[in-house]
Amino acid sequence: MSDNNHRIEGPKAPATPDDPHLQPATRNPERMEALAAVAIVIGMLGFVAFIWAYWVDANTQWQAATLAVGMLGLGAGTIAWGKYLMPQGPFVEERHDFHSSEAERESFNAAITGRGGLEVKRRGLLLGLFAAGGGIMTLALLIPGVRSLGPKPAKSEDTHGSTDDSFFTTNWKKGAKLVTVGGREVKVDDLQVGGILTVFPQGHEGSSPDQVVLIRLAQLGPNDPPYPIAPPGNTLYGVQGYVAYSKLCTHLGCPVGLYQEKTQQLVCPCHQSIFNVNAGAVPQFGPAPRPLPQLPITVDATGQLRANGNFNQAVGPGFWERP
Amino acid sequence: MIDKTLNWVDDRLGIAKGGRTFVDKIFPDHWSFMLGEIALYSFVILLGTGVFLSLYYIPSGHEIVYHGSYIPLRGQHVSEAYATSVDLSFDVRSGLLMRQAHHWAADIFLGAIAVHMARVFFTGAFRKPREFNWIVGTLMLILGIVNGFLGYSLPDDLVSGTGIRIAFSIIESIPVVGSYLGFFLFGGNYPGTGIILERFYIIHVLIVPAIIVGLLAAHLGLLVKQKHTQFPGKGKTEHNVVGSPMFPTFIAKTTGFLFMSSAVIFGLGGFAQINPIWQFGQYQPYQISYAVQPDWYMGWLDGALRIMPSWEWVGWGHTIPLEVFLPAVIFPGLIFNILIVWPFIESVWTKDHRYHNLLDRPRDRPKRTAAGAAMLTLLGAVFFASSTDVMANFFQLPLIDVLWFFRLFVPLAPIAAYYITFKICHEMIAAEGIGKRKRALVVSRSTEGEYSTVESDARPGDGHEELDAIPVPTFIDTTDPELATASGVRRVIR
Repeated sequence: MSDNNHRIEGPKAPATPDDPHLQPATRNPERMEALAAVAIVIGMLGFVAFIWAYWVDANTQWQAATLAVGMLGLGAGTIAWGKYLMPQGPFVEERHDFHSSEAERESFNAAITGRGGLEVKRRGLLLGLFAAGGGIMTLALLIPGVRSLGPKPAKSEDTHGSTDDSFFTTNWKKGAKLVTVGGREVKVDDLQVGGILTVFPQGHEGSSPDQVVLIRLAQLGPNDPPYPIAPPGNTLYGVQGYVAYSKLCTHLGCPVGLYQEKTQQLVCPCHQSIFNVNAGAVPQFGPAPRPLPQLPITVDATGQLRANGNFNQAVGPGFWERP
Repeated sequence: MIDKTLNWVDDRLGIAKGGRTFVDKIFPDHWSFMLGEIALYSFVILLGTGVFLSLYYIPSGHEIVYHGSYIPLRGQHVSEAYATSVDLSFDVRSGLLMRQAHHWAADIFLGAIAVHMARVFFTGAFRKPREFNWIVGTLMLILGIVNGFLGYSLPDDLVSGTGIRIAFSIIESIPVVGSYLGFFLFGGNYPGTGIILERFYIIHVLIVPAIIVGLLAAHLGLLVKQKHTQFPGKGKTEHNVVGSPMFPTFIAKTTGFLFMSSAVIFGLGGFAQINPIWQFGQYQPYQISYAVQPDWYMGWLDGALRIMPSWEWVGWGHTIPLEVFLPAVIFPGLIFNILIVWPFIESVWTKDHRYHNLLDRPRDRPKRTAAGAAMLTLLGAVFFASSTDVMANFFQLPLIDVLWFFRLFVPLAPIAAYYITFKICHEMIAAEGIGKRKRALVVSRSTEGEYSTVESDARPGDGHEELDAIPVPTFIDTTDPELATASGVRRVIR
């Protein structure tokens, strides 16, 4: 394996100027030198033009064009110089193996395993304590380093958490008014059939976990029978042809923003999960595993849409603590 | 004068001893060895333009009223991060050029790394003794992808915010610790208290770049110590390296290449619009735009997320969102781990533990080449799967059909690619002289009527006669002052 005999020792032979290795790679060095010089001059002009373009605040295209011409010219000239005008070679350099000699290895290994090993054998207790001490120090430094970064996620039964430290909490509660992101209160006559609106609980406009899509599936009056949506029981959540679902995709939490009225489907623009709003927003296709949680809604005497409770589960994507 | 300066430095640092070896260092010439240089130079541009951007950008979710020169946005409530990013595009002179050049440089950086890595893989340059450098390079690829994503997130525009939301959900999907990791990184539940931009910013501009710089130094240091690999050829053996010396030839060529790469990046930065954040608008968690797509190097992860069936595991009071965890955590983890351990897999598999300084031609190693082709096909297939919606629109096909096509194509295409590549390699091995430049055959008939075929003479420039390689001469002897001024010859007085 060792190829130390390939090494060339001692001073290298001097070369004469007419050595073919030292000749430029081009047959016509004068012409190439002129070309390289022209390229570099073009580059210089390009840089000057860039300074001008900056000075007069020319548009981005002018700045880029002048800067690029500058760099292109300077680069082309330098490469031409290196590639065609410098000694063409080829030159050779010997490689040597990376490993040390047997004796060097042996003595190095002996120092580690012999000298070190002896120390370990003599003072095994200290080594063990040192390792344990180092481990505890790492832990001691890591705990504040990591734990201070954020709150601990709240447990599912802990209903007093805020939306900032719990996946299970939203600001919806019985009686909360449905409002638009601008704070306008949403009345029962606001949407036509097929209409869709993003709503929030009053006082929490724009909040991520609270976002809800409100869709009017049918034109029903207060005395009409509830609009039937599958699975059975979900009709109770809707009112006068309205249904409301969490807008957070159950796949990765994107807002489920595309509504196809014809097929009554909500489509997530991120990864194309498709939810059937006419059947409890069950996923019909795509990677989303769960229906969008439905928000129970009602209408008060003034025609104002209000929440009739909270979601019956955590909104958004899946996570370990989700029951 | 120069001699005097060099001596002055040598008196203090002793640079002459190692310095001469360094400037005589030989770099083999091959176009494919420039790919890594493209990555290096785009990184240089990234650092330069990045410093420029950092002087104007403020990583803050704090809401302010926009008063800049982009009229459609005037008077709107936006975050400071978004406002300063838009200011960089419209109100800082040369800001848009720098911002777009920074973005293009990031895309080119990762593209060059990918192609460079493919070159190293297919030619077997990762073999003993270069396993360390392969691993260092793979780590830089991973960090580059991470930092690209972080940088993409900073402007706080609609598209980048959606990306952050998805990243949070991916972290959330990790069993047992996911919620904790997400809460600690974001300072609470998504979107958190607005601290996330500050955290992403410090990771993006300090922590990751510092690690990359360290790895880069190791990458280049190992290259210098172990010397570059070379393709087989005249006078080239496992025990030497043939090419151009570091100084002046290689330095001149590579410096010129730095300028050329910069020219392309700044040219793109000024002419090819990228990430027009003022069109997307400020990120709002309840808003989204159609055809949301990440930068190209994230596409393969997005595609994997799209084609994954909705397999959520629920039981014992817990949920494992496999539909997210498998494609977004396990899949990339598996790919990167395979990359890192590949040199060891191969050396154990082939029982080859020798030093390798001569490169393979890909067709001479059919199994490795086929495996590489299969990997690239897999990644390419999931990459294209990240634009199912755009394809469905473009080809007027139902979205569901397009998705089903990719669900089948992604697992099957790599198998086909392996088989086809393997066959092609074997065909090429069997055909003598394939891939070499053909010479005309002269068919002649003798007076007896016997036919014979003779290869014609080499055309001019065809049989480029290469000289035998010599060590870089220590001194050039000349007393003739006229010769000493000719190109390529420097006068040295002994």
